[in-house]
Amino acid sequence: MFAPLIRWLDERLDLDGLIAPFKHKTVPTHRLSYWYFFGGITLFLFIIQVLTGILLLLYYRPGANEAYESVQYIMTRVQFGWLIRSIHAWAANLMIFTAFVHMFSVLFLKAYRKPRELTWVSGVILLYLVMGFGFSGYLLPWNTLAFFATKVGTEMAGQVPLIGRAMMIFLRGGPEVTGATLTRFFGFHVAVLPGLVTVLIAIHLFLVQRQGISVPPKLEVQWTANPSQKREMKFFPNFMLREMMAWYVAMGVLGALAAIFPWNLGVKADPFVSAPAGIKPEWYFLFMFQTLKLIPSKVWLVDGEVLGILGCSLAGLLWLLLPFFESDQPARTKAWITGLSIFALVYVVGMSVYGFLAQ
Amino acid sequence: MASLRNKVRPFIAARSAGLAGYIVLGACLSYGQAANSCLDCHSALPDPMGVTQEKFSQDIHAQKGLTCTSCHGGDASNYDPDQAMSRKAGWKGKIDRRQIPQLCGSCHSNPAYMRQYNPSLRTDQLDQYHTSMHGKRLAAGDTKVAVCTDCHSVHDLRAPSDPRSTVNPVNVANTCSRCHSDAVYMKPYSIPTDQFAKYNTSVHHDALAVRGDLSAPTCTTCHGNHGAAPPGVDKVQNVCANCHTFQAQLYEKSSHYKAFQAASLPGCVVCHGNHGIQHPTDAMLGTGSGGVCMTCHAPDSKCDRERAEILSNLTQLDGAIKDADQSLHLAESSGMEVSEARLGQDQARDSLTKARVTIHTFQTALVNQDVQAGMKIAAANLQAGKGAMVERNHRRIGLGICLIAIAIILVGLWLYIRKIES
Amino acid sequence: MCADQTPQPETSRRRAIGIFLGGGILATFASFLYPVLRYFVPPAVVDLGGDEVIASKTGEMKPNSGKIFRFGSRPGLLILESDGTYRALSATCTHLACTVQYRSDLREIWCACHNGIYDLNGRNVSGPPPRPLDMFDVHLRGDEIVVSRKREA
Repeated sequence: MFAPLIRWLDERLDLDGLIAPFKHKTVPTHRLSYWYFFGGITLFLFIIQVLTGILLLLYYRPGANEAYESVQYIMTRVQFGWLIRSIHAWAANLMIFTAFVHMFSVLFLKAYRKPRELTWVSGVILLYLVMGFGFSGYLLPWNTLAFFATKVGTEMAGQVPLIGRAMMIFLRGGPEVTGATLTRFFGFHVAVLPGLVTVLIAIHLFLVQRQGISVPPKLEVQWTANPSQKREMKFFPNFMLREMMAWYVAMGVLGALAAIFPWNLGVKADPFVSAPAGIKPEWYFLFMFQTLKLIPSKVWLVDGEVLGILGCSLAGLLWLLLPFFESDQPARTKAWITGLSIFALVYVVGMSVYGFLAQ
Repeated sequence: MASLRNKVRPFIAARSAGLAGYIVLGACLSYGQAANSCLDCHSALPDPMGVTQEKFSQDIHAQKGLTCTSCHGGDASNYDPDQAMSRKAGWKGKIDRRQIPQLCGSCHSNPAYMRQYNPSLRTDQLDQYHTSMHGKRLAAGDTKVAVCTDCHSVHDLRAPSDPRSTVNPVNVANTCSRCHSDAVYMKPYSIPTDQFAKYNTSVHHDALAVRGDLSAPTCTTCHGNHGAAPPGVDKVQNVCANCHTFQAQLYEKSSHYKAFQAASLPGCVVCHGNHGIQHPTDAMLGTGSGGVCMTCHAPDSKCDRERAEILSNLTQLDGAIKDADQSLHLAESSGMEVSEARLGQDQARDSLTKARVTIHTFQTALVNQDVQAGMKIAAANLQAGKGAMVERNHRRIGLGICLIAIAIILVGLWLYIRKIES
Repeated sequence: MCADQTPQPETSRRRAIGIFLGGGILATFASFLYPVLRYFVPPAVVDLGGDEVIASKTGEMKPNSGKIFRFGSRPGLLILESDGTYRALSATCTHLACTVQYRSDLREIWCACHNGIYDLNGRNVSGPPPRPLDMFDVHLRGDEIVVSRKREA
């Protein structure tokens, strides 16, 4: 039935040539192979976000007077509006989670080594952008928690020396969090960030495609010494089918979360009420939030908060450049980077749990 | 508040220190001119005679420029005690209690004088005082009763709007209780001394002290301040009506009004009490411990049957609202959005409140009207809550179908992978 | 070669895989698409109204009278004065959140709960209310009287 159409396209596009690279692409098979799925799941969740995000745009209206009501309208009046919004909210959280898992798996499998430094850099920038997605999207329902989380978050940006205040005013669209902030965050969330992320994902995937899939250094040493031990599976269709299974499982989890725990709406933001006690940012910012809270208000002569923010920014920058400190030789990977990775994982998890439990 | 006070305190201290320095400096430079010799001694004297500059500077009179001599006479510029406190210089010494109202009134009852300081301040306090229980007894020679300074304090008398003033609304009850709760002191008067204790359990005290609603009544709101006296048995509802207008209007048209008047019963107080007035509950209509109707009405009379009907209607509406609340809470806790029905619940509660107010007509049919209106809203809200739970179940069924579809395709994919890899 | 030896189970297996794959793809797509298609249908109630609401129509109210309307999640009070001007305020008393009403005899806004009185600008004039009522903007659109929240300056 589709044969004439496929032939028609083939004559013009050379379909075989187009998919040839995928046909030759292979995925190494070993006992840690399953970590390779998380990048794909993150991509799948991003696609879900784009689709549900577009659907939400049909009814959402930005603006301090309308945003909350329009989200309430989606949740109560629009058929399956609750499902679309709940999936969008849950997929956002799952996406950040899988992005973290993907990052740490790359870290521990040492997949960032030469020649894949740029893949790591683009990936880390993607993670930062995705967190930006979370931060900007959180404000859009214009409820009390989001309002104050944004207030605190942008306040922190304002602590950066020299450019801090200008940055805060740029983010807020004025000296305070108002309807103008909502308009800006809406713009960031639906136009700026999706554009940037799409370009970076394209680069990221192009690099993965170009360089093939990395093998842990130990195996790489073994396999180069003894090529007969090498185990691989074809990317298409073998790995792709498995990845599809993973996507379907993700879809099922997402549907179950959305149907059983619909994302709640909260109370409409009122700038004139005092902040609710014990406000916390979303869980993916908790480890930073808790770090800043633990720094004393004065360290020597420097303001503690400024120090914390500068420290976090520096850590973020160094994290980006991590592959450039690694050795070129798979046999001589640096132990301190493994140590640092373990420390980072323990720190992020520990601080998040501490922040979650702390008052 | 505390931090504000802490900021104010050093400021006041600095100011009084500066003032003291100024006085000493002034005394040295121009001995005998505009200085205050009274405080030099009296700030060092023990309590009944002692008045410090710090204390007196808090007094509104000091702040308006009055000094010791304005009330006590004498010559404050003279540092010789004998001359400064000589009758020749007009010194009055300790003011006799019986003279205090007159002394205060000499300024406060003079509109022309008071206009210089506060043109809107009333000048009828002394006249009112003469009509009060306190004033009458003082005139009859009883010096135990309250005079101006007993309530307003002296030498650190603050404006009533100052929260630290003894006559600020939040402090009035405390001030009155200093005498009225003292059983020994009040013994000759044979009136109860439990008003303060009762008031502290009342809904009005709760509103004033706990909720901070400064418009809530304290002693003086019902008894008057300068003209303080019990409002009078047959006029109680007029006093209550100042705030509870609606209830009073309904009551005055009701059968109870005439009956209570005829029997000289004190209106509202008959059912609600006075000082220890509690937030009214439906139990007041019952026959149990909180019930008030059956103290007068005979069991199984026509009135008793009406009472029972009103009570059962109110209980029914209360129950319906609670059921709807529970249903909505259940829906909310399973993540359903029912904020609209939640708003409707406010309306149902309004109806219940209205019905409870309508009780003051003592007409069953009128109360039932309000109850029925509320029942209708509560029923709709209950339905909304149940509908949300049905919707929740639909969602779960939908999820189940979707998960089955996903399970089927997972099996299919797995089989397919096995096939191509075998 | 294998297929030649046992042709029967092989085809039935292939068919089973086909059923699972095809049926699964169809079923999952149906269950994903169905909610989305339903989502596209605009609900009957067009608006929950956050910013403005049609409180009344011209000619509906008598001069010197008031009307309670619903504004978002709270009641509002629309007043038509004797000279024909409209005013709209929040109808929630600032004392204990009772609903206030317009008193045509006093030409004031009155709260029956504790005898609180506001003037027509919403200022708390007497009684317990601690704060004024919020004022709303009123404008005419055709014969509709539209009440909207005051814009932040």
